[in-house]
Amino acid sequence: MSEEIILELVDLKKHYPVLGGVLRREVNTVKALDGISLAIQKGECLGLVGESGCGKTTTGKAIVRLHPPSSGHIFFHPKGQENPVDIAALSPRQLKGKNLRHKLQMVFQDPTTSMNPRMLVKNIVAEPIQEQEKLSPKELEARVVELLTLVGLNRDHLFRYPHEFSGGQRQRIAVARAIATHPEVLVLDEPTSALDVSVQAQILNLLHRLRKKLNLTYLFVTHHLLVVKYISDRIAVMYLGKVVELADTETLFEQTLHPYTWALLSGIPSTEIDAPKARILLEGDVPSPLDPPAGCRFHTRCPFALDLCSEAEPPLLATGENHQVACHRSHETRSLFHSYTKEMPPAAR
Amino acid sequence: MTRIIEAVDLTTHFYTYEGVVKALDKVCLRVDHGITFGLVGESGCGKSVTVRSMMRIIQEPGRIEGGKVFFTPKKGESVQAVDLLSKSEAWMQGLRGNRISMIFQEPNAALNPIMRVGDQVAESFLFHRKKSMSQKILTDLGRADTVVFPGTRRIQKALYALSAQTPKARILTLSRRIPLLRRWETRMKKEAFRRATEIIGRLGIADPDAVAKNYPHNLSGGMKQRIVIAIALACKPDLLIADEATSNLDVTVQAQILTLLKDLKKTEISSILMITHDLGVVAETCDRVGVMYAGTLCEEADVKELFTDPKHPYTIALLASVPQRHQEGELKTIDGTVPNLVHPPSGCRFHPRCPHVMPKCRDEVPAFIPVGENHKVACHLYDVFEHQGKSDV
Repeated sequence: MSEEIILELVDLKKHYPVLGGVLRREVNTVKALDGISLAIQKGECLGLVGESGCGKTTTGKAIVRLHPPSSGHIFFHPKGQENPVDIAALSPRQLKGKNLRHKLQMVFQDPTTSMNPRMLVKNIVAEPIQEQEKLSPKELEARVVELLTLVGLNRDHLFRYPHEFSGGQRQRIAVARAIATHPEVLVLDEPTSALDVSVQAQILNLLHRLRKKLNLTYLFVTHHLLVVKYISDRIAVMYLGKVVELADTETLFEQTLHPYTWALLSGIPSTEIDAPKARILLEGDVPSPLDPPAGCRFHTRCPFALDLCSEAEPPLLATGENHQVACHRSHETRSLFHSYTKEMPPAAR
Repeated sequence: MTRIIEAVDLTTHFYTYEGVVKALDKVCLRVDHGITFGLVGESGCGKSVTVRSMMRIIQEPGRIEGGKVFFTPKKGESVQAVDLLSKSEAWMQGLRGNRISMIFQEPNAALNPIMRVGDQVAESFLFHRKKSMSQKILTDLGRADTVVFPGTRRIQKALYALSAQTPKARILTLSRRIPLLRRWETRMKKEAFRRATEIIGRLGIADPDAVAKNYPHNLSGGMKQRIVIAIALACKPDLLIADEATSNLDVTVQAQILTLLKDLKKTEISSILMITHDLGVVAETCDRVGVMYAGTLCEEADVKELFTDPKHPYTIALLASVPQRHQEGELKTIDGTVPNLVHPPSGCRFHPRCPHVMPKCRDEVPAFIPVGENHKVACHLYDVFEHQGKSDV
């Protein structure tokens, strides 16, 4: 993996206004993204995990500019260009004019709703190509067939409608559509959560192969930790619009530093029957992003919270090579986890 | 061990425009007293249809075509098992929510958005527990410190005494139509609401009095799921059916709900039938597992045995396709897709995707045969075992 950075998010914020009153004035804001900074390296797969409502999808959508961020920068380094472009500052028209749209593509969660049911597969896949370049009908069809073969479908599937396919095949079509324009970055928003396990494995393997073959960079958004572990090189854990921990996949699983990450990891129901289980049960639910807690956002549910945690917000600091964590007690969390597991009554394990 | 519910050769078909969907094909399933039974499989394999057929809540155009469902309510009693499919609908209504109850998948769809959640839990009591509630109110009315509208104490007492005897008496139905007399029932509703609040509090919800007065949209996903569980648990059922109870929840909330179910299993309910597509959930909570594929049960075993020594090719493939914590190499996949059940494959329904397919598999439906202690599998690969078993006898 090269250390070349392809995308850099700097203090990205996205606030959705909440309107109220007779005049529909803005009464409050949902802080879906509240200042996240990430750097995505060329050719890597960065996993973005967290519970629902933590801002994973908002990040993905901001990168492909499906909505404009409230503030912050997204620096994109396109291939063959010296200077980075700040996608966040461009208007949709400028984005198109600078030929950037086709380099950033997205695969959506539910393949059933993300495709027009009245269009043939051929047209679904061809549409983004036609937007980019003028091809003769024959060339276009050849290109579509090439793309379909790439994702494991064939010429027979050209003249069919989405409803004639199973969920897994539909997701393959969605992937074919996304890679049709030779993108550099692909945002995958929960591409497998609507699929069954056996089909999920097929799609994951496909995505894995495509990344190597087409030299793509992935931002893989999901709530499923084992899926993200399988496919990602690095993982960023999000909580309430903030990145709380960022590390290499192995490091994150082996040397967890943030209590929230630890809770997430221990919460995965595992099929390994004999594996020892040290589970940390969090109380309550994720607080509302309308009014996030002061200080560390996790302190309301954290079993190791101090007074300091409710006062000051911990910055995302590097604790080791390729490991960043936002926790006031990150230097001692390992031993805290250890003693927590020991104190637990055996029944709760 | 004694069975609490057993389905024998349960067959359910759906009559759709495309043809007859053979959703269940002779499913035999047995849940014993005191265990948690997990039913796993991919979507569309008939997990939900199985339990809905057992509860007889299959909706049009579905129809239960054959089979028997035996239900034995209490452990230890030498009660004859009853066949639920031969009972009347009224009898079934007395059973659902009372002896067998169900947690539905989507809490948003399972709860009524325009009723307070406390009232929704209280409905169970008003439907099934009128007798015991009337008795309680009667003793309350006997006490001098109970506030009663002047001059109505005697008539209220009389009505509740009647209600404690025969809750469906005609006079009671009549009294509900007379404006002033109607008010006697509010006492019953209050009692039901009190009991509802009590059970909500038992499920680990802080401040149950306030929560019970909320509407579903005021609550978070995890809370709503707890309310659905409270409705199911209200009458202390013998069997709790959890249909994908945690599928739409976040990991941390899922962990909370699973722990709650585990604790309840120890104290309140005797058996749980858990339907899920998440093999991890099964591994963590269940004692016994049944694996379903395309409307048939293909393997049944104790949880440890199933995960360490799966026998059916489908189970083996399914387990291999789940990403593990210590995953090495590519994930294994199952080729092909789940068959259309309008025209299910002949013989073994898994044969078009099976890596060990034999000529026999295309023609003969494999029998559900034991391959070890408490381990049954429906696959021709293990026919040898059957012969061995017979020679032993």
